[in-house]
Amino acid sequence: MLKRISLSDKIVIVVIYVLLSLLAFTALYPFWNAIAVSLNVGVDTAKGGITFWPRQFTWENYEIILQDDRLITGFMISVARVIVGTVSSIFMTALLAFGMTRTYLIGRNYYMVFFIFTMYFSGGLIPTYLLNRSLGLMDTFLVFIIPSLISVWNMIIFRTFFKTLPAGLEESANIDGCSTWGVFFRIILPLSGPVIATLALLTAVGHWNDWFLPSIYITNEKLLPIQTILRQTLNANIVTGQSAVLDSASAALLQKTKQITSKSLTMAMMIVVTMPIILVYPFLQKYFVKGVLVGSLKE
Amino acid sequence: MPQATTEQPRPPASRQLKAHNKSLIRRLGKQWDVQLMVIPGIILVFIFSYLPMYGVLTGFMDYNLFTGANIWENPWVGFKHFVAFFNAPEFERLIRNTIIISLLKFFIGFPAPIILALMLNEVRHMMFKRVIQTITYLPHFLSWVIVAGLTMAMLSTENGSVNMILQQVGAIDEPINFLSLKQYFWSILVSVNVWKEIGFASIVYLAAIASVDPHLYEAADIDGASKFKQIYLITLPSIIPVVVIFMILAIGNLLNAGFEDILLLAANPVLRPVSDVIDTYVYRVGLGTHRYSYAIAIGLFKAIISIGMLTMANYLARRSGNSLW
Repeated sequence: MLKRISLSDKIVIVVIYVLLSLLAFTALYPFWNAIAVSLNVGVDTAKGGITFWPRQFTWENYEIILQDDRLITGFMISVARVIVGTVSSIFMTALLAFGMTRTYLIGRNYYMVFFIFTMYFSGGLIPTYLLNRSLGLMDTFLVFIIPSLISVWNMIIFRTFFKTLPAGLEESANIDGCSTWGVFFRIILPLSGPVIATLALLTAVGHWNDWFLPSIYITNEKLLPIQTILRQTLNANIVTGQSAVLDSASAALLQKTKQITSKSLTMAMMIVVTMPIILVYPFLQKYFVKGVLVGSLKE
Repeated sequence: MPQATTEQPRPPASRQLKAHNKSLIRRLGKQWDVQLMVIPGIILVFIFSYLPMYGVLTGFMDYNLFTGANIWENPWVGFKHFVAFFNAPEFERLIRNTIIISLLKFFIGFPAPIILALMLNEVRHMMFKRVIQTITYLPHFLSWVIVAGLTMAMLSTENGSVNMILQQVGAIDEPINFLSLKQYFWSILVSVNVWKEIGFASIVYLAAIASVDPHLYEAADIDGASKFKQIYLITLPSIIPVVVIFMILAIGNLLNAGFEDILLLAANPVLRPVSDVIDTYVYRVGLGTHRYSYAIAIGLFKAIISIGMLTMANYLARRSGNSLW
């Protein structure tokens, strides 16, 4: 279609393209810079001027943090938390949501009010803390898993999705002698791939990113996930200007090489912690837009 | 227990029609398998969401560390902790910071994704649009720890890009330590929040824009309306219902000035006079100094005001015909 575009329209379009490019640049640049700094010799970085590319390339920063036992343990704890936490939470929430779609379920409307209410009011930080403490969840791996087994928000999204599945499928399975649990495992779950993928990925990201929960419930160093360790490092950096995370072995290495600064180590650590997210992101992206839309509709 | 109401929507199987006549217990026995799916969820939500609500009562008591599970062993003190909070020297500053920070976040953070969606909608090159979207969605998936770390790196006096640029253009002579100066904190906090969430929050608005009838634009084109006028007179009014719903949600959240972001970005205690909000204060006095009852009372005070605001916002929205419930 041939159409004359007026000058003012052209200006509007150009301004929009420039603004969007600028926005994308500011969104991406901090990572790019962090990668460049993490790949540069620490002492050299301190002189300033590292923007897009490392000036004196080195893998040293990564070598040091990948030898730090505390970080490796933290990484493993995070991975374990993501796997166990996501699988169990998605399963329990999907099961609950399936039960809640059964129209003959006695008490269904009361249950729904019971669940929805928790989305608007909660006891808050301190009562929750006291409860978890009295349940003996302090300093256990279970504190990552059990309190977040049921997500009411996810339950509603699952429920909305299950309602779109044809009712005839379930009826014919019933006629063939399938129990309610059989319907759930053999028909509903296999058909729910997209919604499970969306919610599982969002739940996994939530588990991976959480640093606050362990920071109040965990005192045993061996149970701290990577984000909490990173937070302690950043905090130490800003308060005292030196890295607190490194254990004695790494500190000795640091003394030996002298090319390292806490800043370049912190940057390398941040990239290592972000990598899993960046790696799953391409798979995540095609799902989450849909997930967000279903979630925003609610009911 | 509900009776007829739960069974009214379409009773297909004859099994259910018969069940109608049986006693509640026998009907429950019959659907034991489904109840078994729901009961674990109910128990978990009861324990982890409702028991803490009951713990809120200790805000009216003097909590004793050794009473353990039985909160009734604590002595009642009425509104003592609420009064103590209203008279605390920090009170004024906490309320001020909470209100200012949430208002700043609301007035800048709320329209920002709408503007982004409107701009993205004008992009005709699909490839460009997709790249921009992919990049702007990404920060949403990073933890606040990472975002705070990147912010510190950007603003650092030692190889921080912001200081380097400012020095190069001659705006400053000496690098500024932004994260230890009170006058910059609010702008940093709000900018970082917008940076993190703008892309992701724009998804819903983009979807709303996509459902606008294209004929409207064709007609406007024929009438000679400029791009700017089309955005202003067609796109924007078409997405108002979605905007209103999200605005209600945002108003309900208005007292949530932030928690993780402030805790991490205001790591330097020097910033406390401008960074301390109700939530960070509850965290500090509650878990830091173990004044549980006092902290619980403050948390409750905030929750009640928030619910009041949400109810009020919904009432206003209902009058405009776009209510949430």
